[in-house]
Amino acid sequence: MTAITRRSLLCSAATVIVTFSLPRGAEASVNTVAADSVDGYLSVARDGGVTVFAGKVDLGTGARAAIRQIVAEELGLSPGRIALVEGDTALTPDQGSTGGSTGIMVGGVQIRQAAATARARLLSLASASLNRPVSDLETSDGMVVARGDGGAVSFASLIGGAAFELPIDKTAPLRNPDAYTVVGTSYARPDIPAKLTARHAYVQDHRVDGMAHARVVRPPAIGAHLNDVDASSIADIPGAEVVRIKDFLAVVAPREWDAVRALRQLKATWSEAATLPGSDNLFEAVRATPVARVEMLRSVGDAPAVLDQAQRVIHATYSWPMQSHASMGPSCAVADIRDNGGTVWTASQSTHRMRWTIAKLLGLDGAKLRLVYMDGSGSYGTNGNDDVAFEAALLSRELGRPVRAQWMREDEHGWDPKGPPQLLDLRAALRADGSIAAWETVAMPPVNTPNAGIPLLAAVAAGLDDGRGSQSGFTGMNSDPPYAIENVHAEVRWLATTPLRVSNLRAPGKIGNVLAVESFFDELAAAANADPLALRLRLLSDPRGREALERLRQMMNWTPRASPLERTSDLLEGRGIAYVHYKQAENYVAMGVEATVERSTGAVRVLRVACAHDCGLMINPDAVHAQVEGCILQTLSRTLFEEVTFDRARVTSTDWSSYPILTFRDVPKLDIALIDRRHERPLGAGEAAAAPVAAAVGNAIFDATGVRLRQAPFTPARVKKALDEQAT
Amino acid sequence: MIEITLRVNGQNQKVAVDDPNMPLLYALRDDLGLRGPKFGCGLGQCGACCVIIEGEAARSCVTLAIDTHEKEIKTLEGLGDLDRPSRVQKAFIAEQAAQCGYCTNGMIMTATALLSRRPRPTETDVREALAQNLCRCGSHARVIAAVLRAAREG
Repeated sequence: MTAITRRSLLCSAATVIVTFSLPRGAEASVNTVAADSVDGYLSVARDGGVTVFAGKVDLGTGARAAIRQIVAEELGLSPGRIALVEGDTALTPDQGSTGGSTGIMVGGVQIRQAAATARARLLSLASASLNRPVSDLETSDGMVVARGDGGAVSFASLIGGAAFELPIDKTAPLRNPDAYTVVGTSYARPDIPAKLTARHAYVQDHRVDGMAHARVVRPPAIGAHLNDVDASSIADIPGAEVVRIKDFLAVVAPREWDAVRALRQLKATWSEAATLPGSDNLFEAVRATPVARVEMLRSVGDAPAVLDQAQRVIHATYSWPMQSHASMGPSCAVADIRDNGGTVWTASQSTHRMRWTIAKLLGLDGAKLRLVYMDGSGSYGTNGNDDVAFEAALLSRELGRPVRAQWMREDEHGWDPKGPPQLLDLRAALRADGSIAAWETVAMPPVNTPNAGIPLLAAVAAGLDDGRGSQSGFTGMNSDPPYAIENVHAEVRWLATTPLRVSNLRAPGKIGNVLAVESFFDELAAAANADPLALRLRLLSDPRGREALERLRQMMNWTPRASPLERTSDLLEGRGIAYVHYKQAENYVAMGVEATVERSTGAVRVLRVACAHDCGLMINPDAVHAQVEGCILQTLSRTLFEEVTFDRARVTSTDWSSYPILTFRDVPKLDIALIDRRHERPLGAGEAAAAPVAAAVGNAIFDATGVRLRQAPFTPARVKKALDEQAT
Repeated sequence: MIEITLRVNGQNQKVAVDDPNMPLLYALRDDLGLRGPKFGCGLGQCGACCVIIEGEAARSCVTLAIDTHEKEIKTLEGLGDLDRPSRVQKAFIAEQAAQCGYCTNGMIMTATALLSRRPRPTETDVREALAQNLCRCGSHARVIAAVLRAAREG
């Protein structure tokens, strides 16, 4: 087997895995996946259809519609004539992982520039063919058209079936946003009808001839070693086999249920291990963890000195628990490893990186290894998909046949890499008039190594990786206040270790950080007897941030007053707001929450969430709206319900009853205002609106009750305890 | 080894069952190659595996295959297709009521069963009917709108 190239795959129907349809004629034109070349991203087939090759993928976000819209707009043809290949390492450029809400902001913008470069070339080719200056030419519906006499030539006849052989021209002119006809419309997502009629193949649906079904047997404790396996304990299950590599243990069987039976029935003995602090002691353990590195996030004036000399200092500690990605569908992958290479079908958000990771760990030739992206269940960061892709590959190599590895529910909840715990200490100095003289944040997230990936469970168990790497995203961001305060000291103390394996989980770190910053800001507003919205506006000069807050003011019918309300009934109602300038560089989001708190039980009910959202240019407003809805509802779930529990040995929240999430009964009314900024660069929409949710809920609880919650989730027990403490 | 007959989407299908504890889900997905019902938890907690058995929404991950011998089973495939989606599927498409779409099978099957016994549900009825169907992406508001649309346009 030779190295896999785009041409070899497209020319050989036998090897093309039909998870997408390619227009006829795409095959001859391109043989590069270079990220700096036009041909890497798009090709024009002989019939004029266009295929786009995107290194980033659609995770249920609508990018599959939006990328088509971007290319359709720049080139000048209908989005329906565009085929899209996503994330396939043999066919697409490496645009980096799909994460951090960068699918459009980075990936889409690269593709847009490739399309603009292609359009410039089409115009220049047409200029020669029509004998008209480029300035007289326009593109429309797959044609280059001359103004006036209407002479026209099709993309197909100009370049169909041939390569552009052009580097991306960063100066190629883009369409004027005022003339957009496709971008900015809510073009329907092309994948939805097939998903809703069971005609769409998820990776969980993928089947390969002769494949075995695998289940990995997890140890009873994290870090336990495998002492002994009794293969005879599954001898009665047809075709069941045991695979063991050091502490890695798996069962396979020809039929899937038999693999599940073998998993349940296999007798194995493990060493004991008790390496965890237990979730009840999580934050004591976090505080006792050595600091690996200190990062000064923001330093303005001399906050420590002002705090030392201040008459009035307010301080508070906020924390955010470990949480699971809790994907609805347990992770799954299919691998066929052979001849020092092969194919892995995976829903990984990082197919390009994982190709080289798998090759390195298994000693394969990366040039002969192909990762094919297929949709999985929503992942919201690095869930179990990377793990299971490696497990399938490892097992396929060991067994010499294709393997489908599928996690069980207890694997996904128990063993997905977790969102890290967060602990933040805040202090502020108030002047006599109540204004803020100084602000200090000390954030304590676990150390993050960008782009390193996470230690894969099977690689560690099989002795192929030391398990020391750690990547959980830019979890220090937004722990500094977005307001004009004269003295600010915000530092991130990156901790050397954390109890469980961690990874990036939607809006990594920002939800907990904004909970701390925006709740603490409300504490300061309350201390000054100030209206929290007016105080924010007073200290905010960025016009886009101000507009988001002004829009929220209208949506909330906001009447100025200080929090909390004075009320004595059992069912207390309150309002809260929070604001974020995402990563202090991207989206502007203002969020308002109306909630009730039942004093006798501590039950919090969110009635309404209002959100003003500015993500720059919106490619597809309905898809943006859906992402904002998802950010709000998923984060409400994380705010009210979610906390990974663990004892000294292992995670104990391993299903939906021990790790409950938001249900249809808990869904509030959503009012979302999308601010149209078509002359600004497009930003992501998959994370930013998650960031202020918890803070807005906490502020609404304070407004209703006068009780400040500083530790999520805001469960009835925790709220009740705080109410009881207030009463005494 | 027992051979059972499943009446799936109007067709009789024979499935060999060598373990009487095998859930229906594995017969549908593994033996019959259906994609509608999804494996989500195997515990009857999330609803991704929903099918309609004799007119009632049921969790195929905690229903034994042998208990459905000769029963009428409807899966997402059997409601409609790309050219002729059912009214519930059509309403979900119109509302773009899915993100990743993994849980959506359960939403559509449960909503279909709801509308057959209660053609004009209130929003509260919809929320209650779907209260045991989990969604992680946060498509809930659109799902509610889609079910109400299906009832309205039914």
